[in-house]
Amino acid sequence: MSKYYLLQDSERCIGCLACEVSCKSNKSLPVGPALCKNMSVGPVEIKSLPRVRFVFMPCFHCEDPWCLDVCPSGAIQKRAGDGIVFIEPNLCIGCKSCITACPWGACQWDPAAAKAVKCDYCKDRLDEGLKPACVTKCLTQCLEFGVADKLPSGRRERFAAQIARDAFNPKG
Amino acid sequence: MDGNKAPNVKGVDSPGRRTVYSLCGMCAVRCPIQVEVQDGRVVWIQGNPNDKTMGTSLCAKGAAAIAFENDDERPQYPLIRTGARGGGQWRRASWDEALDYIAEKLQGVIDKFGGKGIAFSDRGGPFADLQKTFVKSLGSPNYFNHDCTCGRNAQHASQSLFGMGRKGLGMDIKNTKHLVLYGRNMIESLQVKEVKDFMDALGKGAKCTYIDVRATLTASKASRFWMIRPNTEYALNLAFIHVVLAENLYDADFVKKWVVGLDELRESVKETTPEWAEKMTGVPAGEIKAAIREIAADRPNVIFHLGWMTARHRQSFYTSRTAHILNALMGNIEQTGGLIIAKGTGDYGLKGLNKLDQRAPKVEDPRVDGVGTKFKHFDKGPGLMHLLFPAILSGEPYPMGAYIAYRHDPLTSLPDPDVMKQALDKLDLIVSIDVNYSETAWYADVILPEATFLERGSIIAEKKGAKPNLQLRDQCISPRFDSRPAWWIFREILRRLGKSEPLEFETLEDIWAYQLEGTDVSLEELRSKGVLGLVSKEERRDRDTGLGFKTASGKVEMISPALDEAGLPSLAPFYDPPANEPGQFNLVFGRVAYHNHAHTMNNPLLNELMSENALWINKATGGELGIGDGDTIEVKSNGYSTKGKVRLTEFIHPEAAFMVHGFGRTVPLQTRTYGKGMADQRLMKGKLTSYDPAGGGNCLTETVISVKKA
Ligand code: SF4
Ligand code: SF4
Ligand code: SF4
Repeated sequence: MSKYYLLQDSERCIGCLACEVSCKSNKSLPVGPALCKNMSVGPVEIKSLPRVRFVFMPCFHCEDPWCLDVCPSGAIQKRAGDGIVFIEPNLCIGCKSCITACPWGACQWDPAAAKAVKCDYCKDRLDEGLKPACVTKCLTQCLEFGVADKLPSGRRERFAAQIARDAFNPKG
Repeated sequence: MDGNKAPNVKGVDSPGRRTVYSLCGMCAVRCPIQVEVQDGRVVWIQGNPNDKTMGTSLCAKGAAAIAFENDDERPQYPLIRTGARGGGQWRRASWDEALDYIAEKLQGVIDKFGGKGIAFSDRGGPFADLQKTFVKSLGSPNYFNHDCTCGRNAQHASQSLFGMGRKGLGMDIKNTKHLVLYGRNMIESLQVKEVKDFMDALGKGAKCTYIDVRATLTASKASRFWMIRPNTEYALNLAFIHVVLAENLYDADFVKKWVVGLDELRESVKETTPEWAEKMTGVPAGEIKAAIREIAADRPNVIFHLGWMTARHRQSFYTSRTAHILNALMGNIEQTGGLIIAKGTGDYGLKGLNKLDQRAPKVEDPRVDGVGTKFKHFDKGPGLMHLLFPAILSGEPYPMGAYIAYRHDPLTSLPDPDVMKQALDKLDLIVSIDVNYSETAWYADVILPEATFLERGSIIAEKKGAKPNLQLRDQCISPRFDSRPAWWIFREILRRLGKSEPLEFETLEDIWAYQLEGTDVSLEELRSKGVLGLVSKEERRDRDTGLGFKTASGKVEMISPALDEAGLPSLAPFYDPPANEPGQFNLVFGRVAYHNHAHTMNNPLLNELMSENALWINKATGGELGIGDGDTIEVKSNGYSTKGKVRLTEFIHPEAAFMVHGFGRTVPLQTRTYGKGMADQRLMKGKLTSYDPAGGGNCLTETVISVKKA
């Protein structure tokens, strides 16, 4: 597992897809591959209201990456220090093994380069002290990026505030 | 200097890394952005964090701006038509040649009809001073914008009550406790800062009542959603007001001080009970009562949104007007979490920007659309564009000879393009100045490619608000192709006509210097931030004595003298729209968050997210018609028919059908979007001349379509 975590607050996400486009723009990707996807589920009716949930799917940068294990050319590597899993494009032979292996579809195919591509948490940006492209531009700032052992507590805070509001104002 | 080249803003070509603050141009919101340029190429764009609300956020369209910049499928050099209009045959022209051609034709029109024979339209916005100056310099009163298919009804509703336009009262969404939205799809027709405020408010526990014919993503965040019968929200407001007055839920103190005509209002809603409204709208009476009581309990920190895109039906003006009446009854004016009167530099005792417009000679001729003469209750500024076409066709009140579209695409954004084309065919000259091949550009005689928003600077914008500020669109890079900035194009046309005095500046910096002259602001300061607040402390007006409404009485007027004079009711009875036959639907249109109205459909990154629209219809209704989800359907209206895909969903009212606007494009050079999807405006047969007589906006959602399996 990389030392980082990318957290989405689905309640604050609006499905605007700025994250996906920011990612593609930053990586100059052609039509086809999407290194992150914000999947929407719904609308479904919950307590007679339409509700949509969002699930942000970048790469999870696994501790024991399926993609890395199957890569025959050593193109998929794990960065020493922070555990980011990335593809070294010069070594990628385009065999697509990683695309088959990743259980979450995080590895993608770049038809223009004829190579596999995947999310690297924008490691070049991280090295400059910046955040990944998707997180930086996320329209509602519902994506948070940080070190996994210092996770933000926004959701807990909101939940606590909600409980308190209900308690102070029983009629709703 | 090459006389044919527009000078860049100084420093644009310098090598290495530069950070430039600018304003996004991917939609008409124009969010503040920070642009990173590496050796003359844009490598990164994000929100401008000097604007606290904006932060580094940017929407998908803004994020696709580099793809737009790098796209070759946009006009690259001036084009002069060689074949028939709309035939798609062009020849490349030099700027001198194209501008000479335009000037010669314009001179002919001026000789024949006077300057007033030239019409011009844009999409409004904070740089309109430049365009207005150009039109005025031509000697024409006929400056139009897109607003007849956008916010005119809301604009006029606001004026009729407060004497101020719709932007005269800003919404403090971030701090509101309850926001009522009538089809205002905040999340998908998005403005970055507004959405952030909206989500902040919800996060703090604010409620949102969302009323629409379909469940949008905004509905999915709302605390109450009513799927209302198409075109009936006005009835709902009449019932709200009925309950507010019957149960004394209003702010009596505020109303006593600031509202005139309460008795007339009371009289007008005597019978519009929630039970009555239930029959009109389909919203249960009990829910209407519960909602308005809940909202009133949170007053004054509540907002009834008067709508943004309100060109919907014949009572849209009255919907906006009653929304604002409810605001006044809630006493939410100049209140945190309510409406805050927008203040300009003058309100804070500061000198504002010098306007370009004041350099141009006054034009005495009346407008060709009759606004200001025949129609005195409409705001003269941008007139009503839909009235231009019948005027061209009839030659009344006077003949027209030329039309210039600047970044505006009426053949997409106004209804019934066939009728517009008939009118345009009568003109000697049609020019389109645009960064895109719009449908109108494709029908024009000359296309002048404007430099993209990254390649041009614009005049400085002054924004009113709780605290006024200045915003700069700086130039980030040199134009990639043979394109020019608008200020230069306008000046060059005027120079050729000997009318350039008002825009006689050598460089954009000279214009900026003129605008800033006498203010306390230096260009360096503005450029170093992009957005510059002009006051540190917000001042509110005194709610007892100083609200200063701009009506004749100085108060909120339930009865508007202007409407009276026009023979129109201020408090109109509800018109119950007829029910649709089986297989027929009211056509409603809208947006998704990752396309703007009509010019991102061909953007590589955005087209990938959505390359075609589908018609939403109700699942059960579709089933009855033998239509399955994803089927190809034929959609018809008044003799026009088109084919496309259908999406069945239980989240749309059975009497409504919905599609995303902007598709069905006919310009073959836009290969990614050419011929894909359906164009709602072509289905809106007969709607060019159908408008709300009190508000002026077109009645677009009164379009009835029939749908069957293809
Ligand atoms: S690509 Fe898939 S398998 Fe590889 S690290 Fe990412 S999530 Fe794990
Ligand atoms: S940018 Fe943020 S708010 Fe928009 S879809 Fe992505 S995660 Fe959600
Ligand atoms: S809303 Fe999006 S496209 Fe429009 S100006 Fe803002 S960032 Fe640009």
